[in-house]
Amino acid sequence: MLPFHFQVVAALIFAIGALGVMLRRNMIVMFMSIELMLNAANLSLVAFSREIGNDQGQILAFIVMVVAAVEVAVGLAIIISLVRNRDTVNIEDTSQMKW
Amino acid sequence: MRTALFWIFSVMAVGSALGVVGSLRSPINSALSLVLSMLALAGLYVLLEAQFVGLIQVMVYAGAIVVLFLFVIMLLNLRGSGAGSAESRPIGKAAGAVVAVGAVLWLVRRLAASRAPWPEVDPTYGTTRAIGEALYTDYVLSVQVAGVLLLAGIIAAVVLAKKKID
Repeated sequence: MLPFHFQVVAALIFAIGALGVMLRRNMIVMFMSIELMLNAANLSLVAFSREIGNDQGQILAFIVMVVAAVEVAVGLAIIISLVRNRDTVNIEDTSQMKW
Repeated sequence: MRTALFWIFSVMAVGSALGVVGSLRSPINSALSLVLSMLALAGLYVLLEAQFVGLIQVMVYAGAIVVLFLFVIMLLNLRGSGAGSAESRPIGKAAGAVVAVGAVLWLVRRLAASRAPWPEVDPTYGTTRAIGEALYTDYVLSVQVAGVLLLAGIIAAVVLAKKKID
């Protein structure tokens, strides 16, 4: 087992998250897929940091977690206000800005 | 021991990540799979000797963020509206599945074959003390920017989630 093996796990999780954003039509599940991708990036950062023996990667992962927390709060607020105004979480029903 | 734990946590993380994307019945199932995935990732962080990040992962992700997700799902009461994914031809699906399974098997074989030493680091690596000292000396500006960002996020969430958009 090597830090490289953790990179493979991170790549798999990132791919699953990207697949979720592309395939699913439920906004909340798409949001969770974005969280999966952020977590995969974090795992990759920590694995690289372990490989080099320098903890800057972990600090970067910490900052990513802060940004992810803010993003979740704002995104869920947007979803709530969307459901109040349109009564749907399906991304196909909210295509007003699509051309 | 370490290798066994790595495989257990990796299979758990990837499997429950698939559960997040693949559960079509209700978003609640996705959220619960997400908790499992986050916890497995915390285990992987501890295996990488990043105890602080593992702890934060459990508290922030598995604790706070997923609870927020569950709260919103239950508040909106969206039963069974998660179904319906993109359509594709069965031949394409089968070909994609074969390629994906083949790629994963190839990766597992390659990984099982590699025999390089696990890199050594000094014992203070990744402890809460080491990360905290770095955060409050070299990275103090990023901590303050993160604080401002959190404040802006809180205000934005409150404004957006008001009853009516003016």
